[in-house]
Amino acid sequence: MNSNSTIMAAEKGTSLWEDAWIKLSKNRLALVGLGLLIFLCVISLLTPWIAPYGYEKQDLLMGATPPSAEHWLGTDVFGRDMLTRIMWGGRVSLMVGFIATAVALAIGVVYGAVAGYVGGRVDAVMMRLVDILYALPFMIFIILLMVVFGRNLLLLFFAIGAVEWLTMARIVRGQVMSLRKQEFVEAAHSLGLSQWIIIRRHIIPNTLGPVIVYTTLTIPSVMLLEAFLSFLGLGIQPPQSSWGLLINYGVETMEEYPWLLIFPGIALSLTLFALNFLGDGLRDALDPRTAKD
Amino acid sequence: MAALLDVKNLKVHFHTRNGLVKAVDDVSFSVNAGETLAIVGESGSGKSVTCYSLLDLLPKPPAKIEGGTAMFDGEDLLTCDKDRMRHFRGNDIAMIFQDPMTSLNPNLTVGEQLIEPLIYHPDKARRQDRATAKLRAIELLNEVGIVNSERRFDSYPHEFSGGMRQRVMIAMALINEPRLLICDEPTTALDVTIQAQILDLIKQLQKSRDVAVIFISHDLGVVAGIADKVLVMCNGVAMESGDTDKIFYHTENDYTRRLLDAIPEGAKTMANRAQSENLVEVSNLRTWFKDFSGPKLNIVKAVEDASLTIKRGEILGLVGESGSGKSTLGRSILQLAPTTEGTVTFDGTQLTGMSPAKLVPWRRRMQMIFQDPYASLNPRMTVFETLAEPLLYHGIADKNTVTEQVQQLMDDVGLARGHMRKYPHEFSGGQRQRIAIGRAIATKPELIIADEPVSALDVTIQAQVLDLILELVERHNLTMLFISHDLSVVRYISDRVLVMHHGVLIEQGDTEHLWANPQQDYTKNLLKAIPLADPKSERARLSS
Repeated sequence: MNSNSTIMAAEKGTSLWEDAWIKLSKNRLALVGLGLLIFLCVISLLTPWIAPYGYEKQDLLMGATPPSAEHWLGTDVFGRDMLTRIMWGGRVSLMVGFIATAVALAIGVVYGAVAGYVGGRVDAVMMRLVDILYALPFMIFIILLMVVFGRNLLLLFFAIGAVEWLTMARIVRGQVMSLRKQEFVEAAHSLGLSQWIIIRRHIIPNTLGPVIVYTTLTIPSVMLLEAFLSFLGLGIQPPQSSWGLLINYGVETMEEYPWLLIFPGIALSLTLFALNFLGDGLRDALDPRTAKD
Repeated sequence: MAALLDVKNLKVHFHTRNGLVKAVDDVSFSVNAGETLAIVGESGSGKSVTCYSLLDLLPKPPAKIEGGTAMFDGEDLLTCDKDRMRHFRGNDIAMIFQDPMTSLNPNLTVGEQLIEPLIYHPDKARRQDRATAKLRAIELLNEVGIVNSERRFDSYPHEFSGGMRQRVMIAMALINEPRLLICDEPTTALDVTIQAQILDLIKQLQKSRDVAVIFISHDLGVVAGIADKVLVMCNGVAMESGDTDKIFYHTENDYTRRLLDAIPEGAKTMANRAQSENLVEVSNLRTWFKDFSGPKLNIVKAVEDASLTIKRGEILGLVGESGSGKSTLGRSILQLAPTTEGTVTFDGTQLTGMSPAKLVPWRRRMQMIFQDPYASLNPRMTVFETLAEPLLYHGIADKNTVTEQVQQLMDDVGLARGHMRKYPHEFSGGQRQRIAIGRAIATKPELIIADEPVSALDVTIQAQVLDLILELVERHNLTMLFISHDLSVVRYISDRVLVMHHGVLIEQGDTEHLWANPQQDYTKNLLKAIPLADPKSERARLSS
């Protein structure tokens, strides 16, 4: 144990989050994941300036070529540079992943926490609403939204988030229901703390573990959902692209031009790995029961 | 005669991430047929690990048997292969676990579980058909005192009470006529009257079948009556072993001495501090719950028509067995459980019917200490955060003074100030209970309701925490309702005692007076069932 840092921590009074950061910075795998994610995000942000070609620049005569010195990751059937397209696609995919998941997280956690905590009739009504939304084919829901509000990338993100929060709400509700009966919550009651403070300070922090794990699972599934919607013409439109779309097209031409599938596939898998490593690391880091070193 | 089980120099180590733990370090003992060996120790002493390692029930890794032999009838249990071990488990050595609620499969009938070892016996020649097995099982159920055993054979575990389930577990352990029975705290989860019955039953069965028994317990009182020999363990090391009488009456070991001294006996030395003024008045209180779990709506009458008063400065004991409604009564007084009827008055103001918002200033004046120090602290809050929360919320401290006040609180409950930034899991049970007590006295309350505050603690820690509670009561002029199932503890700490049974307060009186002249039969039985750390009187009681 590094006694120096522990003493300093004790003097400064580290919070849960500071502790979490100390622990996370000692978890090499999680750091690799975090680094990779930051790298991908930075690339995406800088794409308009650093991409080797324009994303819609076609060279129909050249067609699909395997990786070469000019086109590191090859070109697609229209002769467009794959590296450029993956970079542009990453912008859309990462944005969908993060925004839609953030929406799902915000709605799901609050909704689930309230339902689980208040319980009784309120819980019954809130959960039946979730059941109804579950039963509703989400395609219809999204098409409806698109028709009413017009096609808009940001709206698409929210629409996906508005579908994905259901499972999150259920997970959080289950956690909260078992936490609610714990004695430390009852102790908080007997101290006279308000409901909202109890939910915020005593309930939600204790649901973090499963929530983080589920979040890291939601991000990739949201990215694939976007690809599906785009494939149906409800999402983004060519020549714009996303990883999901690239993979979809890649699958069609898998036999002749395998690199059209492999490279976007690698990009998506790398993100997935990074998220999982980071998610596991965060879960451990946020649990005070795991050792600090 | 060679002993049935002879364990020599047993060493079991756990290789964990946080380093090596010597769970059992060089322990030797032996048991003869028809003899009872009690292994006694506090939590973490290695008493259970010792026995689990004999039956190869430890998770390996992290556990590793580092040395020693365990000769059972001439064969070493520690080195035999898996098939041989299954043979021993099936035929010769049986085990009874602590919690009868979780050691039976809820989805199988009791009978089905009982005959399992007979109809699926590893040794094909000894397998029995269903009908024979059933007869045998019913016979055994009769023997362990289950009435109507033929009908009960087809009941599910949830249809049995805790004590009855432990009887079923005993029948299950005996079904293959083992020669050695290992009981791991078999009565710890049971009420005191049931405990007396189960101890009696184990004793009887042992005599009639001439089996050897290893009885693991943390409670010296429990083993006093049934053990022939006692082994005292602490931190994996055998402190002392010998005849029961020798250990109890002429111990030479300091640790054993401490264990015996820590058992609460008699009354405290502090004077009764009760004043004439009533701090709490409860009249005709009813707390009923609606239970929707069954096919029909069931109303659970947890508290029925309770009337009581608590005088300022008094320590009032509330005694009852599990399910008697004593915890619900405590929570109802604090308005933590919804009351159905009746009134609770605190310092002249009626609390029942008050809105939650109006109750907030009153909450500051009455606090609660909970039973389980592992569940009553938020695992994600440091000691500082836990103790600072009530101070800041009720405006007792502000940002500048809060650290100092938290430090004072920690001094008050005997926690080192350096532990302020630690999380609950870094503390032992006793220290955690000190944190919980610190939180309860943070708001400088007048009334504290302590719900079994020491029953989850080891006996030496229990004594320390009880003394801490008494000290704080005196220093801060507290009034206390002390809820417990443990009569010795209640006798030690309380000025006056209430006895609760099936939701009804059936008797009350000054502690020593009540102990001397209990009026109700129920109270008499309860008092008679208390196990004492006195082998002679215990033996006399069991044989009667």
